[in-house]
Amino acid sequence: MYTQALDIPDASPSDAKPAKLASTTPAAHAFAHPELQARFDARIDADGKIEPQDWMPEAYRKTLVRQISQHAHSEIVGMLPEGNWISRAPSLKRKAILLAKVQDEGGHGLYLYSAAETLGTSRDQMLEALHTGRAKYSSIFNYPTLNWADVGVIGWLVDGAAIMNQIPLCRCSYGPYARAMIRICKEESFHQRQGFEALLTMMGGTEAQRQMVQDAVNRWWWKCLAMFGPPDTDSPNSAQGMRWGIKRISNDDLRQKFVDATVPQAEVLGVTLPDPDLKWNEARGHYDFGAIDWDEFWATVNGNGPCNQERLATRVKAYADGAWVRDAALAHARKQQQRALKEAA
Amino acid sequence: MSTSHTPEAAPRPLGEWPLWEVFVRSKQGLEHKHCGSLHASDAAHALQMARDVYTRRQEGVSIWVVPSAAITASLPDDKAEFFEPAGDKIYRHPTFYDIPDAVGHM
Repeated sequence: MYTQALDIPDASPSDAKPAKLASTTPAAHAFAHPELQARFDARIDADGKIEPQDWMPEAYRKTLVRQISQHAHSEIVGMLPEGNWISRAPSLKRKAILLAKVQDEGGHGLYLYSAAETLGTSRDQMLEALHTGRAKYSSIFNYPTLNWADVGVIGWLVDGAAIMNQIPLCRCSYGPYARAMIRICKEESFHQRQGFEALLTMMGGTEAQRQMVQDAVNRWWWKCLAMFGPPDTDSPNSAQGMRWGIKRISNDDLRQKFVDATVPQAEVLGVTLPDPDLKWNEARGHYDFGAIDWDEFWATVNGNGPCNQERLATRVKAYADGAWVRDAALAHARKQQQRALKEAA
Repeated sequence: MSTSHTPEAAPRPLGEWPLWEVFVRSKQGLEHKHCGSLHASDAAHALQMARDVYTRRQEGVSIWVVPSAAITASLPDDKAEFFEPAGDKIYRHPTFYDIPDAVGHM
């Protein structure tokens, strides 16, 4: 999962603010390498790909490292809210599906960390940034999953929004990122469909089950709309991202696409979306929808969401608890290596 | 090829598992194709991880893992002259030759 829109400055968690995103300055570096810069620009203009060994402006590299690593962090933190439900899934079938989905998220994190590593940052550096709270991840995972319907809604809406965000990234100008996204998008469609189907099953159940679904939709809908990132007017980095071929479609356009695609799905499911202003606009050919609470969004980005601390603590604990496994594997590998060398001697 | 060339045996910082490149053959009869990379402590471990990461949906019937440090790559195409010699040898392509239509498919 998650997002092109999540390209948020990592440095100080208290600073991230809408219109105050640190704007990147590609200019300084370009002066030093006008010829290389020209070649880079020409390739971008021709919709070509940049590969790890190619020269690239420092700001392009930095932006990609930040965006891809945030994306990777989002995948592995995203395992946590759903992981909570593996042992409580209502049937063996749902449990197997959820296990497969959570395993996919881990795999997606790995594809993305690998892509970021090609830019010259190490896995350990990225994990360190996550674990010390310097790096961001998608805010959507800082909300709790209160009942089983939440798991279905995460599949249908959260993964649905993620797919909307990710499909344009398959055409990203940086080769390794684009290739990782192609793999991810192929796998992600199962995530959305399984969620929708789980909800459909609940809607065919008792009145209490139907209410659970509606309650979960009510709690997640606005958070999903915020996943597409701040409005275009508050996204100063967007133009640069577009210029670089990293971003292809604007936050607001993607958000509109998501709303337009989701409203008919909600009708099939038999739930209402919690927005009194949501209605078809014949003139625009799109659904109109109400205002998003951006203060709440930024409060969560800046560490004050309901689950920020819990998610990070769980992640850090898992990493610390796994240290002996990593060490033991290395010790074993070294021993095997020495044995082989001794036999060869 | 030098038999003493064992990149794995080189001393390395031990904080991180070394990096491996993964190649997967999607079905019998096709070539192995690069599909990504991963960190693992040794070759056997890398194979296990590659199976879990890159063939969760039966994407492969065979996997190769290669220490990333063992790969020698040509310079990026900023140095295009490496490939230039092939540029003007268009007679290496079948379309260079005009054959009368009467000959049919050749």
